[in-house]
Amino acid sequence: MTSPTTEREERSTSSGSGTVPPGLPRTSRWGSLPLPARHLLLAALGLAAVTGLLFATGDLTALRVAAVGYTMLAIAGLQLLVGGSGQVSLGHGAFMMIGAYTMALLVLHQPMLPLAANLLLIVAVSIAAGVVVGAATARLHGPYLAGATLILAVGLPGLAHRYHDVFGGSNGLNIRTAGAPPFLDGIISTSEWRALVVWTTVVIGLAALATISAGRLGRRMRAIRDDETAAAMAGIPVGKTKVVAFVIASTAGGLAGGLQAYVLGTVTPSSFTLVLSLTLLAALVLGGIGSLWGALWASIAIVYLEIWARDLARAMDLTRNAENNLPVVFFGIVLILVLRFWPLGVHGALQSLRARLRARNSNSS
Amino acid sequence: MNYFITLTLNGLASGAAYAALALSLVIIYQATRLVNFAQPALALLSVYTAYTVTQLTGSYWIGFAAALTAGLLVGAFVERVIVRPIARTSQLNAIIVTLGILLVVQGGVGMIWGNEQHGFRYAFSYVGRFAPSDVFALASVGVVALLLFALYRFTPLGLRMRAAAFRPEAARLSGVKVGLMLTAGWGIASLIGALAGMLAGPPFISPNVFDVVFVFGITAAVVGGLDNPFGAVIGGLLIGLGMSYVSGYVGPELATLAALAIVVIVLSVRPDGILSRPTARKV
Repeated sequence: MTSPTTEREERSTSSGSGTVPPGLPRTSRWGSLPLPARHLLLAALGLAAVTGLLFATGDLTALRVAAVGYTMLAIAGLQLLVGGSGQVSLGHGAFMMIGAYTMALLVLHQPMLPLAANLLLIVAVSIAAGVVVGAATARLHGPYLAGATLILAVGLPGLAHRYHDVFGGSNGLNIRTAGAPPFLDGIISTSEWRALVVWTTVVIGLAALATISAGRLGRRMRAIRDDETAAAMAGIPVGKTKVVAFVIASTAGGLAGGLQAYVLGTVTPSSFTLVLSLTLLAALVLGGIGSLWGALWASIAIVYLEIWARDLARAMDLTRNAENNLPVVFFGIVLILVLRFWPLGVHGALQSLRARLRARNSNSS
Repeated sequence: MNYFITLTLNGLASGAAYAALALSLVIIYQATRLVNFAQPALALLSVYTAYTVTQLTGSYWIGFAAALTAGLLVGAFVERVIVRPIARTSQLNAIIVTLGILLVVQGGVGMIWGNEQHGFRYAFSYVGRFAPSDVFALASVGVVALLLFALYRFTPLGLRMRAAAFRPEAARLSGVKVGLMLTAGWGIASLIGALAGMLAGPPFISPNVFDVVFVFGITAAVVGGLDNPFGAVIGGLLIGLGMSYVSGYVGPELATLAALAIVVIVLSVRPDGILSRPTARKV
């Protein structure tokens, strides 16, 4: 279970989110801006695009747009862990569960706290959880780490059953969160408002992840991914960097889970199954490892493949059993086919397509 | 004290199934450095095959034979047709594709046989403290481990399989069909996985029945050392005992988290499992 290949990395750092595409001249003022500012500007642009999309499509898709948002945040964190530091985690859903339950408990027991405070507390709890799990698993590598995180993903929902009084057992917890503020009445619906809240948090999180990944920490992680021993000899604190990568990923996962609880208003242990954790990692590879764009395609795939499969099952008039299971089968088949024919995932396929188009253009001109 | 003995015997019996599943993971890991996350899915398919065949013929043992055959064929098929072309591109992709197979098979079984539980009988009577079915579980895993040892140590096929696993290039130059050996390894591994399924499945089977079994199986493999078959068997029995005590004295909900604690503790002392040979660090 070695790290993803390196040649991909070269391309993704030059064309990943935030940096100037290699084709453009770097004479603009854009290039002289500090990296965090550039990422925040891009984040604002992304948020504007999502707002436009929401107004264009109306209330029906708002929930789906929100789902793409929090899923993308979770996958982007996993991207930093797997694509960045080369640690394969099969337990990312467990951190979403921690975030979601934190959100539900905060809303239930501290109803007066504003949403932003809840989100900050979720970040704090997720960091703590990430430090505990990351420190415990820092010495594990490759398949051993994958196995340990897999056990976490299966074991953690057991806590919800065990401490029934706190976590509500298999029924989980139901919460009510505030909708759109009164002065926006009639302009924006509650689900649109929630989608915007989700995406605001998500773009800030993505900007932070992009900045980390482009900075010194990101370089250290990639050095560890490519050759742990060489990185250690170059003076990089291997154990510490691995734990930090794990903590960042778990924070993104926890925040994503918290947002999910905020949008859906319900948290149950059965929404954080092994399949969720596996799907997150699988979707990441399907989208393309090494770039935040991959996380975008991955989250769209998770949300929309399921919807399409349900529509397909209904159109084909399948039995209930078939209809319930078609989404996961459909996702698995798409995953296998993408890996078979586009080993670098959707993002890799798009990049090679763009390279081919560019080559053709420069030949014809 | 009585309770303790009961828990111990139960733990050994369920440990046999974990040991078999761990064996099937270890065989593939030895040959390809790949943890086959699709293993529980292949076992699931085998067990449902046994269920259907038993329903049709009325004989448990014909169903049992059908399960093992199905395991062998599906394992070989999956390696040859799905995993091999992808394993050429990258190791991470090979792992992900086994996850993909897991999703497809789990969902597919649900589509064909339904998500609800089906009753599934034991090989022998399960009544009593150390019932015949428990003896059968332990004995069959013991026999499989011995057969596997004999296969690797004394037969030409085993020699070729070992050569293909440890020095693929040298083996190829000496005329070993490395690809064929890989397929054989996957077939044998999935056959043992099917046995694990037959031991762990009863009394009820459903598409998710092996999730927890798989977790304990991978725990056993990891604790024992992913490239040591004896480690897998010992790890399986240890995990069986440990989980039985935790379920009995603390609560079954916490058994999986206890498995996590065992993995972390064992691996922080011996990072490659109990029975692994320490390897020299490459610089």
